[in-house]
Amino acid sequence: MITNLYRIIKFGIQGFLRNKWLTTATLSVIVLTLFVFVNLILFNVLTNNAISLLRDKIDISVYFNEDVLEDDILELERSLESLSEVKVVEYVSRDRALELFKERHEGDETIVQALSVLDDNPLSASLNIKANDPEDYPIISAYLNNENLDQIVDQITYNQNQLVINRLAKVVNTVRRAGVALTSILTLIAILITLNTIILTIYATREEIGVMRLVGAANKFIRGPYIVQGVLYGVIGAILSLLIALPLISVASPYIGVLMPEMDLQGYFYSNIVLLFGYQLMFGIGLGVISSSIAVGKYLNI
Amino acid sequence: MITFQNISKVYKDSSVALENINFTIQPNEFVSIVGRNGAGKSTIIKLLIGEEKPSKGRVIFGPYEVNKLSSVELPALRRQIGIVFQDFRLLPTKTSYENIAFALEVEGRPQSEIDEFVPQVLDMVGLAHRAHNFPNELSGGERQRIAIARAMIHRPAVVVADEPTGNLDPINSVEIMNLLMKINELGTTVILVTHSKEIVNHVNRRVISLDGGRIIRDEENGKYVLA
Repeated sequence: MITNLYRIIKFGIQGFLRNKWLTTATLSVIVLTLFVFVNLILFNVLTNNAISLLRDKIDISVYFNEDVLEDDILELERSLESLSEVKVVEYVSRDRALELFKERHEGDETIVQALSVLDDNPLSASLNIKANDPEDYPIISAYLNNENLDQIVDQITYNQNQLVINRLAKVVNTVRRAGVALTSILTLIAILITLNTIILTIYATREEIGVMRLVGAANKFIRGPYIVQGVLYGVIGAILSLLIALPLISVASPYIGVLMPEMDLQGYFYSNIVLLFGYQLMFGIGLGVISSSIAVGKYLNI
Repeated sequence: MITFQNISKVYKDSSVALENINFTIQPNEFVSIVGRNGAGKSTIIKLLIGEEKPSKGRVIFGPYEVNKLSSVELPALRRQIGIVFQDFRLLPTKTSYENIAFALEVEGRPQSEIDEFVPQVLDMVGLAHRAHNFPNELSGGERQRIAIARAMIHRPAVVVADEPTGNLDPINSVEIMNLLMKINELGTTVILVTHSKEIVNHVNRRVISLDGGRIIRDEENGKYVLA
């Protein structure tokens, strides 16, 4: 049993090393496939990041009349927080609003002077509401647009930004769907190309498979070395594609940083390198082993 | 030991390869099967090693009824037979030594036996100095001698040689025939398939002559005669 296993592994490695051209051809396709695969993962990370950045920029602000009591506002805050569509509600009191306003216009003499002329704080208290899903804003807006609140609410920004928010929600969803579709299609193409290459590689050695059968080799003894080769394709392919990706990502990272200042692609890549390598390894070995098994099976009927 | 009983073989395109073939081969016999191209010689070999199934009849080999063996059971039968082909069929990515050792490795024999037997057999076929060459580095005669070494290393009950000299010059052909006769003298049944008159007459043993898928002659100490 152990002797057989040792021989199967030995034959697998021998075949891998001695069929230089076939190995090179197959390995290049696997490396390309895994390279596409790791780029798709990174592409998804980037789009998800872009989507969450975009989402974070969308919110609804409710401004209150000056004479509204803080308790009433806090009560509305609590009732908003109980809605399942609401992710977070932030209360900005009149004093806090003034502070923020001053901070923002610190260097602007005109505004500072204008403020000092006023006896009273001219700003309203407000609630900033973020939804779980951009498509939920109409629901939240409808909740705020009820008659009981008319007394205390001065204005709701959603009514002004409705068009923009709806469009952003649509863009976010389209980008997400396109990402999923693109990933699925490219992955499928990569799988088919690899499958095809390995099937052709083994087709080239079909006569050897026939000879092994005629010499009296059991099927597992013939299939085994090809599966070992499949594993080798996966492991070496994963290592090589990672080595190719490393310098390319260092080059691309600054450009992506310009587009999305919050995204550090290289940092993400390095901190997740083990996980990414693991995915590639699984994908590569899976592809190699499954394609090899299918292909050898076709020629074992002699 | 080997019996073909009422064997007929019709291929899918309804061409008749064999028709009502009956013969028995005893242990230690040296039998030549002769005939023109398309007479059905190779089909007999394919039926014997289970590469094809007969349309009718039974093929008995020792304890096996070959026509009933499944794909999983065939390796056990084939380990009892050593096969030599006209086109050698060595594994191109293995050296001479590894090609011969392969026949023992598939049986799960220990490495110590391989280390002991392979050099002996290489010596017997006169190619000890070619042990670590790949098939494409060998001449046709050398390749065929390696193939014979592979066919006999595991001491099979039968060695089947299908046109073993078909691709060789006369001198190499005689060497190969002498090897096969030596193997037979050591106690192994040899079945030789050929259309070469010189070879058959040189051997001067039992000859089964085929024509158009039928046996037309089966003689001890036969000659190559085709009516």
